[in-house]
Amino acid sequence: MSPPDTTSTAAVPTIVAPDRRESEIAAPHPAVRTVIEPPHQWEWVDVGELWRYRELLLFLAWRDVKVRYKQTVLGASWAILQPAMMMVVFTVFFGRLAGVATGDLPQPLFFLTGLLPWFFFASAVTSASSSVVGSERLITKIYFPRLCVPFATVLASAVDFVVACGLLGVVLLFYGVTPTWNLFLLPVAAMVIGGLAAGLGTLLAALNVTYRDFRYVIPFFIQIGMFATPTIYSRPTGAEGEAVHWLLILNPMNGLVDTFRAAAVGGTVPWAGFGVGAAVAVVALFVGCLYFRKVEDRFADII
Amino acid sequence: MEPAIRVTNLGKRYRVTGAEKAPYRTLRESLTGLATAPLRRLMGRSTRAGEVSDFWALKDVSFEVQPGEVVGIIGRNGAGKSTLLKILSRITKPTTGRVEINGRVGSLLEVGTGFHPELTGRENVYLNGSILGMSRKEIDRKFDEIVAFAEIDQFLDTPVKRYSSGMYVRLAFAVAAHLEPEILIVDEVLAVGDVGFQKKCLGRMRTVAGDGRTILFVSHNIAALQSLCTRGVYLEEGKIACDSSVKEAAGLYLNKSQYCHNSINWEKSVAPADNGLILIRAAILDYNGEVATRLTCQSPLRIMLEYKVTKTIRNLSIGFDLQNKEGILVCGSNSEGARETHEPGNYTAECRFPGWLFNEDCYKIKFILHVIDRVLLATDWCLAFDLYDDEGHGSGRIKIHGITRPQLQWSVSPISFGTSEYA
Repeated sequence: MSPPDTTSTAAVPTIVAPDRRESEIAAPHPAVRTVIEPPHQWEWVDVGELWRYRELLLFLAWRDVKVRYKQTVLGASWAILQPAMMMVVFTVFFGRLAGVATGDLPQPLFFLTGLLPWFFFASAVTSASSSVVGSERLITKIYFPRLCVPFATVLASAVDFVVACGLLGVVLLFYGVTPTWNLFLLPVAAMVIGGLAAGLGTLLAALNVTYRDFRYVIPFFIQIGMFATPTIYSRPTGAEGEAVHWLLILNPMNGLVDTFRAAAVGGTVPWAGFGVGAAVAVVALFVGCLYFRKVEDRFADII
Repeated sequence: MEPAIRVTNLGKRYRVTGAEKAPYRTLRESLTGLATAPLRRLMGRSTRAGEVSDFWALKDVSFEVQPGEVVGIIGRNGAGKSTLLKILSRITKPTTGRVEINGRVGSLLEVGTGFHPELTGRENVYLNGSILGMSRKEIDRKFDEIVAFAEIDQFLDTPVKRYSSGMYVRLAFAVAAHLEPEILIVDEVLAVGDVGFQKKCLGRMRTVAGDGRTILFVSHNIAALQSLCTRGVYLEEGKIACDSSVKEAAGLYLNKSQYCHNSINWEKSVAPADNGLILIRAAILDYNGEVATRLTCQSPLRIMLEYKVTKTIRNLSIGFDLQNKEGILVCGSNSEGARETHEPGNYTAECRFPGWLFNEDCYKIKFILHVIDRVLLATDWCLAFDLYDDEGHGSGRIKIHGITRPQLQWSVSPISFGTSEYA
């Protein structure tokens, strides 16, 4: 797919004839031709169209970020304060009082490197899954590729995540961690997490339109997920570790959080876990988009 | 020359489930549906009886619009106008048929779609413009023009939730009015703001129309349509009843809404008659006592029945049932106690409704004339009238849900600090 120039979504004609007025008025544009037919069963997403609407996608994400911190005194610093406070709470309760083993890492750093990717994932999935139902007014009044809606919320969560990564930088400096080549893996791991969240979020957003049950299921699933992911504990070793090992490896976030941690603080990269995570992300994105595409034609009628 | 829009055999079916049911399904319903489907198939029934019925909002609609034509789409509430526009603007898919559109489409089914109350005027112009299909560059270019049109320059950086409803609507319309697609689809958005602003909107639409753009308008404002459009398509119960000049279509619409709905004069030979009663005339009257032409939710109205009594009847009551489009019985009433004994002669009965009672919809009426223990005469659904909600809800003119449309008193005030238990 070749990216068309940005004017193609504009009201400026795509083909600019010498006499623009003439070409605009004399004939409808051969360049833009829309055929509307009854819905088909399974279709792949129109990627070209999604690309043409990328500005809208960015505007929707921008709106979400903007609105989130409107009328707050601290504004976007909340994106840093929240994980900072969580880091402190976890260090005090789980680290000091419960004595959770964190390996060789300082406890705050251990918790932060687990919490950041997990919260990114959790907020992206949660907000994406309720995004379509929450955009009823838009969906019943105007056409645009509906995928923009869940994707924009994932993007908005990513903005918070990037801001919060500033905190990670500060904590890394504080503990004097020397950056390794692993650091280049950090954006990769973040993007895979984003992809996984977008896939799951899209699927859940579509399901949520038809079956409002998912409203209740998702928060529950997110909470369970946090304990099934090594955000706040390191994976147990030894015999009992073996037992849960296979259970944990099925959780795609497991390898991704480990990868994120290894990318931030150095050490061996858990490639197997990363591979599982990336593979699940690709499958989730594919299935999510495919299902979303199948049911999006009905959104305006049943939402 | 290729038409700008070609619509072929377009149809849209809605599944109407019971009124108490939510339009979306819960997982349980789908799972039980899945489990019982083979059983139902075995029994030779595709659906459980009485659960779902089909409703064709549009059926076999075909027409073509040439580039540069300005077409008005006319019809009563529920005739399928909005469904047609929704399909043309790709919000919903048709059940049957096909549409081909040559050219970029801009659709305006509502002003201020996507406006966010927390964002400022400036931010909303960009957001709304983008939602309507404008590029950032294009909005940059037209920004000053939009602001000037809306007359809100000093409030540009105020969140729109602090705007008056007039300002809000002006800004929303200004963005929409600067959309410049080749094909424009507009649904009843001209009636926003005060009279001065409405004139300005209409003027703007006229400029756009004069520019050689293809435009489809839906409006109940027949006068506005007649001044803007060259052609009129009259829809009736999901079908095209007339596709001709706007004058003819509008004439038919006005005619139909008077002739077969708002009033009825029974010919002697076909008049409902039984048990010494003959009906003469029935009508929906406005508050002046004239046969109503256009009623809004706020207008008081009267239901009038003239009848002849040929023998003395004791305890005669004149009653009616009022039903809405969905077939829900909205109310019934009778004249019990208003007059005990009818001697032979002509009578007229009138029932008065206050304004602000029913919501926008079309309503049907049937009459029942009865004595204490039995019905003497009952008609079919013989009268009908439309109510329009011109006011709508708030600045966005959103249709308010529900059967009734009362005008209620609200008060919202801050709780003074220290007196509330939540303070």
